[in-house]
Amino acid sequence: MKGTHMSELKRTGLYDLHIELGAKMVPFAGYEMPVQYPLGVMKEHLHCRAQAGLFDVSHMGQVILRPKSGDVADAALALEALVPVALLELQEGRQRYAMFTNDEGGILDDLMVANRGDHLFLVVNAACKEADIAHLRANLSDSCEIEEITDRALLALQGPAAEAALGALVPGGVAGMKFMDVAVLASGFGDLWISRSGYTGEDGFEISVAADRAESLARALLESEAVEPIGLGARDSLRLEAGLCLYGNDIDETTSPVEAALSWAIQKARRAGGAREGGFPGAGRILKELAEGPARLRVGLRPEGRAPMRAHTALYADAEGGAPIGEVTSGAFGPSIEGPMSMGYVPAALAAEGTTIYGEVRGKRLPATVTALPFRPSTFKR
Amino acid sequence: MKYTEEHEWLRVEDDVVVVGITEHAATQLGDVVFVELPEPGTTVSKDDEIVVIESVKAASDILAPVDGEIVEVNEALVDNPALVNEDPLGDAWFFKMKVEDLSALDDFMDEEAYKAFIE
Repeated sequence: MKGTHMSELKRTGLYDLHIELGAKMVPFAGYEMPVQYPLGVMKEHLHCRAQAGLFDVSHMGQVILRPKSGDVADAALALEALVPVALLELQEGRQRYAMFTNDEGGILDDLMVANRGDHLFLVVNAACKEADIAHLRANLSDSCEIEEITDRALLALQGPAAEAALGALVPGGVAGMKFMDVAVLASGFGDLWISRSGYTGEDGFEISVAADRAESLARALLESEAVEPIGLGARDSLRLEAGLCLYGNDIDETTSPVEAALSWAIQKARRAGGAREGGFPGAGRILKELAEGPARLRVGLRPEGRAPMRAHTALYADAEGGAPIGEVTSGAFGPSIEGPMSMGYVPAALAAEGTTIYGEVRGKRLPATVTALPFRPSTFKR
Repeated sequence: MKYTEEHEWLRVEDDVVVVGITEHAATQLGDVVFVELPEPGTTVSKDDEIVVIESVKAASDILAPVDGEIVEVNEALVDNPALVNEDPLGDAWFFKMKVEDLSALDDFMDEEAYKAFIE
């Protein structure tokens, strides 16, 4: 396991529950995490789409950005210096997808930012959280208090039955929330910090809960017939079917948000001619790519046949000859689309939907078709 | 029935050897989503990679357990790779081989030895 001993790994507050549920544990981002439960990756995936799945995402970083002035607009403006996303317009009770960029216009991490009235709440990736917090402290300490939340677990409940299962535990329910709404709701498990969002393409919720109440909340959710625990294996195939990026695979310090087909996350206010044009790391490259188009683009790929084209599969323009034009960054079998699916970067000229390119699998070049993302339509409650 | 350290089972039926993977191997692989089989008539040498299995987790190979000739392959696995998880010791055989010298199988583990091997 790449030299990582389980004993050096951190555990989430739900570790004992994972073991009790029969999970197979693997090292992931410095944590010992469940990769699958006895149901297995395929059935876990399909169950989440059909009913509801519970994920332990407590390894992710939770951060509060509190403006010293007391005005959340000051925290929003301060954070705008690190992300190409408009946050001043983010309304109280709403959440937005963002990414930290570097001076070269690459992506340091992707994250969620919520406006919670008098502060911003951020959820960042596990593998990046230490660097993200150092980055926030180095750049925003003049205007904000930066507080890492370490006494709360994070659960995700995803799938069509998520609203009913979570709603049963929260007086008044959660039906009033829409996609990307956030709320703090009282429950028998203390205050829950809830967002209606996720990483599966399904309707669902992410729930921050006091660490000492997390196991009882998880057990209460699992008591519902509709809810099964889901491991990292199915989390990966679910997010890939939904066309969502995995940091470190599909996006990293070398990929710009424009190349990564994340331009939708860069609002007008931060673009050329906008009210707060530029003013984020790498703005030169990113604004230029928005104006002129990037040299390469992240696309969806549907390989012909059933063989998956996995990460690092070399991509070619033609069935024979020529140098690689790019590579697959994520690839797996999609249980819901019942076929293989990949994402990767190709030159802009080959990024049009319907273009046939070739991936080299076990020495053979196999055709794949450039396909719109997501592979499976998402079912968010707008 | 004989077992290899590569988690294959070998069963002699008449004068051919039927080859599949063990239940332990199927469990370790996880849900199988793709199987690529050799052409019948192919002559193979021991340890040639002759079958590709892709599961939800990763790709792996099945090696030829002994020298011989592939005489039949189980096309049902190509259409329904999940059979490998459902019935690894039965319907999900992978290929049948004609082997010159069946005594080549003597060196492989019996069930008891294999059980000890995977523990």
